[in-house]
Amino acid sequence: MLEISNICAGYGNKLSIKNISLHFNKGNVYAILGPNGSGKSTLLKTIDKIIKPKEGVVYINKEDVQNLSRKKLAKNIAYLPQKNSTSASSTVFETILLGRKPYIIFEPRQEDLKLVENIIYIFGLKYFSFRNVGELSGGELQKVLIARALAQQPKILLLDEPINHLDPKNQIEILKVLKKITSELGIITIIVLHDLNLAFKFADYFIFMKQGKIYAKGDLSSIEDKIIKEVYDIRVKILNVGRSKLLVIDE
Amino acid sequence: MILLLIAIFFISIAFGSIKMSLEEVINALLRNSEYSYVLWNIRITRAIGGILTGAALGVSGAVMQKVLKNPLASPFTLGVSHGAAFGAAFAIIVLGAGKSHSFGSEAVTIFNNYPVVIFAFLGALTSIAIILFLSCFKGASPESIVLAGVALSSLFGSATMFLQYFADDFQVAATVFWTFGDIGKAGWLENKIIFITFLVGITYFYLNRWNFNVLFWGDEIAKSLGVNIKILRLISMFLSALVVSVCISFLGIIGFVGLISPHIIRFLIGDDCRFLIPYSALMGAFLLCLSDFIARTILSPVVLPVGIITSFAGAPMFFYLLIKRRRF
Repeated sequence: MLEISNICAGYGNKLSIKNISLHFNKGNVYAILGPNGSGKSTLLKTIDKIIKPKEGVVYINKEDVQNLSRKKLAKNIAYLPQKNSTSASSTVFETILLGRKPYIIFEPRQEDLKLVENIIYIFGLKYFSFRNVGELSGGELQKVLIARALAQQPKILLLDEPINHLDPKNQIEILKVLKKITSELGIITIIVLHDLNLAFKFADYFIFMKQGKIYAKGDLSSIEDKIIKEVYDIRVKILNVGRSKLLVIDE
Repeated sequence: MILLLIAIFFISIAFGSIKMSLEEVINALLRNSEYSYVLWNIRITRAIGGILTGAALGVSGAVMQKVLKNPLASPFTLGVSHGAAFGAAFAIIVLGAGKSHSFGSEAVTIFNNYPVVIFAFLGALTSIAIILFLSCFKGASPESIVLAGVALSSLFGSATMFLQYFADDFQVAATVFWTFGDIGKAGWLENKIIFITFLVGITYFYLNRWNFNVLFWGDEIAKSLGVNIKILRLISMFLSALVVSVCISFLGIIGFVGLISPHIIRFLIGDDCRFLIPYSALMGAFLLCLSDFIARTILSPVVLPVGIITSFAGAPMFFYLLIKRRRF
């Protein structure tokens, strides 16, 4: 459904990602892992046509994204960047409603409003609905922005470090919701994470990036101490805990 | 807001150097009376000119502030007014267009105004062209565009002074007089042209109200939500500058209305472009009509150029909003 073929992309003359080829299947959560500056965000931006690749092609249903209009692409891909502007003065409801933008012709339809209400309920934002987003905490705002991305009803969800500002309870809650929605709706969720233990717990597949290249990829069973050591340059031990894995620092 | 506008419209046409009662105003409007000529050809023309120009300035300011993400952005920030002033100065001083004369209380009158209007419009268009070139082909950021606008204002300002330095007294006076924004310069033809450009502008802006709302969340989110931000910025800047250029070319420079109208609406009802765009137009129309009424009555029978009133009243209003609301 989503295929990346020999992508090279970056800013100016500098290539941030080099010769990346990946294939993503419906109903799975993919965690993109790697140290700062390894090209994770660039990869997401290239998939959503925010950056034009210098080489290679991104295909959605075998169609080159460069040939898709912005509006058509927005009905397929929702993207939440790492840094978000907080200068807007709209309410929580209005902000999530913006996710319906690609579908709004003149004014939002009844079904758009209903969908937003539903998402607000799922994310536990009912009591914040009419609060100004400028008055929210970092974590609450992040929840609203993820909800806004889901309101787009995307087939592919790209989230760049979406749980950074959240406390552990909210981090787990959000990842649970994302995993559930991904499998129930049969969408592809690609999520950049720094917390490896949360990634092991909630993602189905793992893509490790280092210096703009794919260092390793695979499911949980393929993750070894050696990969973490090589990618992050830290000594760790990976323990098997039930059906998941737990990473501990080995000093 | 609409009621306020209707009220100020009727007050504007009822008051002036010839005093009329409400009954006489209604009579003159409905039948042919002794006041009909004054009413239809002077006061109503002027009031409609004020409404259209105010609305055009208000909505253009709102769009510029949204598109450039800068609370100080207005069509004037982009050097449009200075470009127009240079064009007018060039026509008056270099081409000798528009003969100027001095008459008692009215310092200077410019006859044969059209070459001046055309060159003022060309001057404003030059500013727009430079700004659009920077934003479109050089990919300049909104911040850079505002800075480029400041630089352009300075450039056109000094070019105008250069021309004035070599001009005779009447030409200098005519150039300075042109810069005083005055709604009285508008006739039916001018109003029609302003109306058509305003209609094109506000239709495009209103149809894109959801796109403007998305812009607030940053370019990446806007792109992800299906907005072609390059095209949106380009057309919005072009149309808002065009709308204002037409007004300035006919009427001269009217400051602060474009800047302050969106701020008042934002202060009263918030940032949502579904309301900000139409209400900024209404607020601009109301403010300019009110200012013109004050300009005509405060030192009656002397009629002040409305630009003086808008700048005088606009600055303290802006300070007030700045103090009441810290974040723009």
